[in-house]
Amino acid sequence: MTISAVYLDGRCILRIDGPLTIYEAGESKLRLLDELNLAQIVEVDLAGVAELDTAGIQLLLLLKREAMRQNKPIAFQGHSKAVLAVIDLYNMAAVFGDPVVISGQGAR
Amino acid sequence: MNFEAARQAFYEECEELLAAMESALLAVEASSGSARAEHLNAMFRAAHTIKGSAGLFDFGEVVAFTHLCESVLDRVREGEVPITPALIELLFDCRDRIELLVAAVRSGRPAEPAPSTEAGLRSYLGGPQPAAAKAVAVDSRSKVEIEAGGDHLVSSDHWHISLRFGPDVLRNGMDPISFIRYLATIGRIVYLTTLYDLLPEPDLMDPESCYLGFEIEFAAGPQVDKLTIESVFDFIRDDSKVRILPPHAHIAEYIRLIREMPEGTSRLGEILVRGGALTPGELDEVLGIQRDRAEAGEPQQLGTLLVEEQLAPPQAVAAALDKQREHAAQKTREHRVVRVDAGRLDALIDLVGELVIAGAAAQLSASQSGNGALIEAVASLGQLVERIRDEALGLRMVPVGEIFGRFPRVVRDAARELGKDIQLEMSGEETELDKSMVDRIADPLVHLVRNAMDHGIEPTERRRAAGKPDYGTVWLNAFHESGSVVIEVGDDGGGMERQRILRRAIERGLVAPDEVLSDQQILQLVFEPGFSTAETVTSLSGRGVGMDVVKRNIEALKGQIEIDSGEGEGTVIRLRMPLTLAIIDGFRVGVGGVSFVIPLDMVLECLDLPIEQAQADSHYLNLRGEVLPYLPLRTLFEIDGPPPGRPAVVVVQYGEQRAGLVVDRLEGELQAVIKPLGQLFRGVKGLGGSTILGSGAVALILDVPDLIQRAIRDERRRLAQGTARQSRRLAVREEREQ
Repeated sequence: MTISAVYLDGRCILRIDGPLTIYEAGESKLRLLDELNLAQIVEVDLAGVAELDTAGIQLLLLLKREAMRQNKPIAFQGHSKAVLAVIDLYNMAAVFGDPVVISGQGAR
Repeated sequence: MNFEAARQAFYEECEELLAAMESALLAVEASSGSARAEHLNAMFRAAHTIKGSAGLFDFGEVVAFTHLCESVLDRVREGEVPITPALIELLFDCRDRIELLVAAVRSGRPAEPAPSTEAGLRSYLGGPQPAAAKAVAVDSRSKVEIEAGGDHLVSSDHWHISLRFGPDVLRNGMDPISFIRYLATIGRIVYLTTLYDLLPEPDLMDPESCYLGFEIEFAAGPQVDKLTIESVFDFIRDDSKVRILPPHAHIAEYIRLIREMPEGTSRLGEILVRGGALTPGELDEVLGIQRDRAEAGEPQQLGTLLVEEQLAPPQAVAAALDKQREHAAQKTREHRVVRVDAGRLDALIDLVGELVIAGAAAQLSASQSGNGALIEAVASLGQLVERIRDEALGLRMVPVGEIFGRFPRVVRDAARELGKDIQLEMSGEETELDKSMVDRIADPLVHLVRNAMDHGIEPTERRRAAGKPDYGTVWLNAFHESGSVVIEVGDDGGGMERQRILRRAIERGLVAPDEVLSDQQILQLVFEPGFSTAETVTSLSGRGVGMDVVKRNIEALKGQIEIDSGEGEGTVIRLRMPLTLAIIDGFRVGVGGVSFVIPLDMVLECLDLPIEQAQADSHYLNLRGEVLPYLPLRTLFEIDGPPPGRPAVVVVQYGEQRAGLVVDRLEGELQAVIKPLGQLFRGVKGLGGSTILGSGAVALILDVPDLIQRAIRDERRRLAQGTARQSRRLAVREEREQ
C-alpha cells in the first residue's frame, strides 16, 4: 500500500495504490487522516487499489464522514475493479459518489 | 443444473473439501499458536461447508455427523478443549467417517455405524450440548413455523437477515464480504443495506475492528431452509448478532428485531421499508408507539433521515446499482471453474484430431494447386488448428500435485503404523500430466511410497549407527523430460542390497545361479511376480504382492520404471510416463516406400550416415566422441527395395539413453493424430501406433523407447560376443604358450 498526495491550489488528490486491507489498516488510517487534516478539498483516486476488504472500506467511510464533519468537500473517483466489487456487494455506491456509475464501464 | 448434476457436483466438492480437511489436520498437527488456529479454522470451514451442502440434499446422516464434528471443533477453537494427539487422531477418524458417509450416500447403501467415533466426539462435548441436540433436529421447518406462527404476518416473500458483526471478526480472519458472497451462492440477495452507524470517531476507531452491520432481503434458493441460512453464519454467531426472519414472519418478530438492534427504531424502520421487508403500512404498525408520539407534536424523524446525505441515493443511481449488483451476484454464483464430463472432452479431442488430418490434406492439395493465395490461407488456418490442438490437449492436463496431495496423510498414517519417524518432501507438484494418467498412476505411487517407508527407511538405531538423522525422509518429485513425465519416489534409507536380491531370486528360481546380470537387471528383479525380500511381513507390505502389480500398471500406461539404489544411501524409483497425448508433433521419415513418424520431442538431431560407416558392418558410430548404437530401420522392418546412396541417421533420446535410427529420407515435421494399431500389428515391437497423413496414406509411429532398448541390447550382445571370442583366443594362446 502506498498513499501519495498531490496538492493543487488547495485541492488534494490522494492516490491509494496496492492493497487496502486489514493488514495495512493501521498505517493507512493515520496517513489518510493526516492528509485530510492538511487538505481543503479532497479527491480520492481509487484506481490503484488492488485489493479492498471490510477494514479498507471502513477506512474510506471514516475518511468520508470525517471530511463531512470538517466541512471539506470529498469525492471518490477512478474506482478500481476491486473497489467496485466491494461497493457493489455492500450496495454503497451512493456513499462513494456518482462517479461509480460513470466509471463503471471500465470495470466490465 | 438438474438435481443429479448438482449431486455430482456435491460429491466432487466433498472430495476437495475432505482433502482440504486432511491437509488442515496435518498442518494442525505440525504447527502451534496462531498458525494452528488458522488451520483449525480451515478444518472447521471444510466441515461446515460439507454440512451446508449435505443439508441442501437432505443427507441427514452427513449433516448430523458433520455437525457433531463442528461442535467439537468449535470448542477446540474456543480453547475449551485442548489439542491432544488423541483428539487429532479422533479428528482424522472423523474426516474418514465423513468420507465414508458421503460414499455411502453416493452408492445408496447405508454406512456402517461407527459408535466409537461418535462417542469420542460426544465425550469432548461433555454432556448434552444444545448444539449437539440441534444436530438431531435436521428438519427445522417446524421451528420456522413456530416463529412464523400467529395471525399477523408481514407480506414480504423474502427472508430478512439482520447482521451485526462483532468487533473481532476481521482480526479473526473473517470478512463480512465472504459471508455475504457465500450467502449469494445459496439464494439471491434482493436488497442489502450496509450500516456503519457504529463507526466511532477517528480517534476511537480501531482500524482492525469491525463496525459494520447489514440488513439483507434474501430470496432463498430451492431447498434452502433456515438451518442452511443459519449455518452460513455459524462461525460468527458467538460474537456477532444474527437474526433471521422467515418470509411472512410475524410482525412481532420485526418489532423485536428493531428493538434489539442498536441503530434505533426509525433508522432501522426506514431501512426495512426501503429493502422491501416491510410495507410502509406495516412499518407504521411496527412503529405504532412512535407514530403516536409524532402525532403528539414531536417531529417525524423518518423523513429527515431519508433526505440525509448518503442514505437516500438518487433513483437513477439506485437503479444502475441494482443492475451492477445482480451482475456481481451472478458472477459469484458461477464459479471460476467449469466441470466438464471427461467423455465430452475426449470427443472434442477426437474431433480436433480429425481437424488436424483434414487440415493436412487441405495443405497438401493447396500446395499441389500452386495457388499462392490459397496456400497462404491454408497455412494460417493450419496455425490456428495447431493452437486449437494445443489448447484442447491442455484441457486434459492437470498438475501432478493433485495426486501428491494425498501423500502427507498416507505418510503420516504409515509412519505411525510402522513406528518410524518419517518426513515427506514434495517438489514439482506443478508438473502437468494427462488427467486419465493421473487417475491411474495414483495407486501405484501410494504403493511405492509405502514400500519406501517400510523397506527403505531403516529403524532409528540403524540410522543412528549409519550417521543419518533419526527421522527418515521420503520424497516425491516430478518433472518433464524429453516428451515424458518423470515421477520419482525416493528415500534416504538403506538402499537395496543387490546380493540379497540376487540370492532370493535364485532361491525362487527367477534366475539361473550362473547367470550374469547387470546392476539394473538385478534391481529390476524386485518387480518379478512373487518376489519379496522383506524378512518380516508387516501389515503394509512384504507379502510379495505389489511391486509386480505396480510394474504392470505402469507398463499398461506405456510407462517405464527404473530403480536407482545405492546401498546405505537410499533408493529412487523413477516412473517415466508418456504424456499420452492423442496428437503429437511428429518427424516424418521414409524408408523405401514406407513413411514412419518419430515423436518430435524425442528427436535430438539428424545427420548423414558416413559412407564408410554405411559399408562397414558396424552398428555404432562415433558421434563427437560418443558411442552411438544405431538401428537400420530397413533391416529391422524388412523393407525391400534398393538402398539409397546416402542414408540419414536420426538421433533419438528417451530418458538418458540415445540411439540412431537409419532411414532413407527425412520428410519433415507434421502433426500426427495417434490411432491405435490394428489387431494384426498389436504384437509388432517397435511400433507405437499409426497415423493418417494428409495424402490419406497411413504412416507408422515408432515406439522410440523400445527401439533404443533394442539398439543398446544388440550392441551389448555384440560386445559380449566380441569379448568372449577375444578371451577364448587369449585362452588358446595361453594354452599354447604353456
